[in-house]
Amino acid sequence: MSADIENSLLSALSAADRPEAREDPAGTWRREVREFVASEVAPLAEQIDASQEFPASVIRNLRDRGYLGFLLERQFGGQGGDFIRYGILCEELGRACSSTRSLLTVHDMVAYAIGRWGNPAQKSRWLPSLANGEKLGAFCISEESAGSDTAAIQTSAVPVNGGFVVNGKKKWVTFGQLADLLLVLVRCGDKSAALLVDANTPGLARRPVSGMLGMRGAMLAELAFDDCFVPDANLLARIGFGTSYVATSALQLGRYNVACGSVGIGQACIDLCLGRTSERSQFGAPLQDHQLVQRALTDMLVDVRAARLVCNQAGYSLATAHPNALVQTFEAKYVASRAAMRAAWQAVQLHGAVGCAVGSAASRLFRDAKVMEIIEGTHEICQMTLARNASALT
Amino acid sequence: MNDENINKTIRAFFEKALPGKQIKDEDDIFEKGFVNSLMAMQLVLFVEKEFGIAVTEADLDIANFRSIAAVTDLVRRKSLPVS
Repeated sequence: MSADIENSLLSALSAADRPEAREDPAGTWRREVREFVASEVAPLAEQIDASQEFPASVIRNLRDRGYLGFLLERQFGGQGGDFIRYGILCEELGRACSSTRSLLTVHDMVAYAIGRWGNPAQKSRWLPSLANGEKLGAFCISEESAGSDTAAIQTSAVPVNGGFVVNGKKKWVTFGQLADLLLVLVRCGDKSAALLVDANTPGLARRPVSGMLGMRGAMLAELAFDDCFVPDANLLARIGFGTSYVATSALQLGRYNVACGSVGIGQACIDLCLGRTSERSQFGAPLQDHQLVQRALTDMLVDVRAARLVCNQAGYSLATAHPNALVQTFEAKYVASRAAMRAAWQAVQLHGAVGCAVGSAASRLFRDAKVMEIIEGTHEICQMTLARNASALT
Repeated sequence: MNDENINKTIRAFFEKALPGKQIKDEDDIFEKGFVNSLMAMQLVLFVEKEFGIAVTEADLDIANFRSIAAVTDLVRRKSLPVS
């Protein structure tokens, strides 16, 4: 374990409470991210949710700050960032806007998969443009009949001279409307494979998906592949390793991102409720003086703090490449998304009718929190995985 | 680390991950249904961390991961000094 990682982790454990602590590396990082998010993301969160459109200015600002290539190695133009600080980045973005945080999820999953399993030519070709945000990535796995069950994927890649011909449909592709590079899980004969597909490939059509419950600015798309030719050079890893290695690696990162983003949602709910319950009085006293409200606030506080600790544990295991990281990201995602949903439920409750109104922050957080219980591994998949891999958590 | 110790270390990983399963060195762990995608990746992370090697796309051949003996051989080959 490097001293940097240890210091980063130790300071992260307390930095959420003390972002002003300048001597604390993780606290300094959190403060920097928080200031950026407060000025460039948070003011647009309601607009993004209402319009179901993602502003180009946010992408540009994320790119300029180096957040789109945060984890990538410096030799490819990335920031060479560590997983602990990445978790803080995801939490702070998620605290303001889950749609924005979800851009990092899918973009980083693609970049991470190429960094992990790409050959030298693939890394040189794609990583620099992903690191500087010139290209956006999206991860394409879900289909009409294949979500958690990746063995049911029907999108096919048939080997031909010099490449593959791809046919099929992918659904619920986050940022599929905007992405330039698609990491597509396909069936190749009776095996799985992962292909990197240029979004401008002839035969590929994108249809925007709107009206989702939450993360409404995530620019979802349905992608239809109609005899798309994909060159051999775009096969990531080998045929037969698409699900077991490429998707598993990418989803591990995605789960960590979603887990930390869920902590952000929970924290946002706490922030909202501390304000609301101190400002509004009922029966002659501020809401926060009522004991049942205190119980609700306490539950939110300890839930979110516990979730942050579990996320830090997963981040530490990722940073040290520990084999248990895979299971611990499931644990983090499970714990944090449940905490976010409970906190959002309380936030709506404590805001009363205001929390149910169109355009209220509590309402948006509630809808976004529900999505977090589904993406990157449903609760049920998390429960099955954790039960089967208990030894990794003990 | 010699072959025997590599083998023991890899066997210990499987014994922890698959309690109660009797696995011989040459048993095909995929054919026997012992390994899902999560465990396949855990195995990669384990050998990388334990033996200080990097498993790359060039190593992604099912023959390298099919059995305890195969993983032992992969680790041994990747641990050899580059001449």
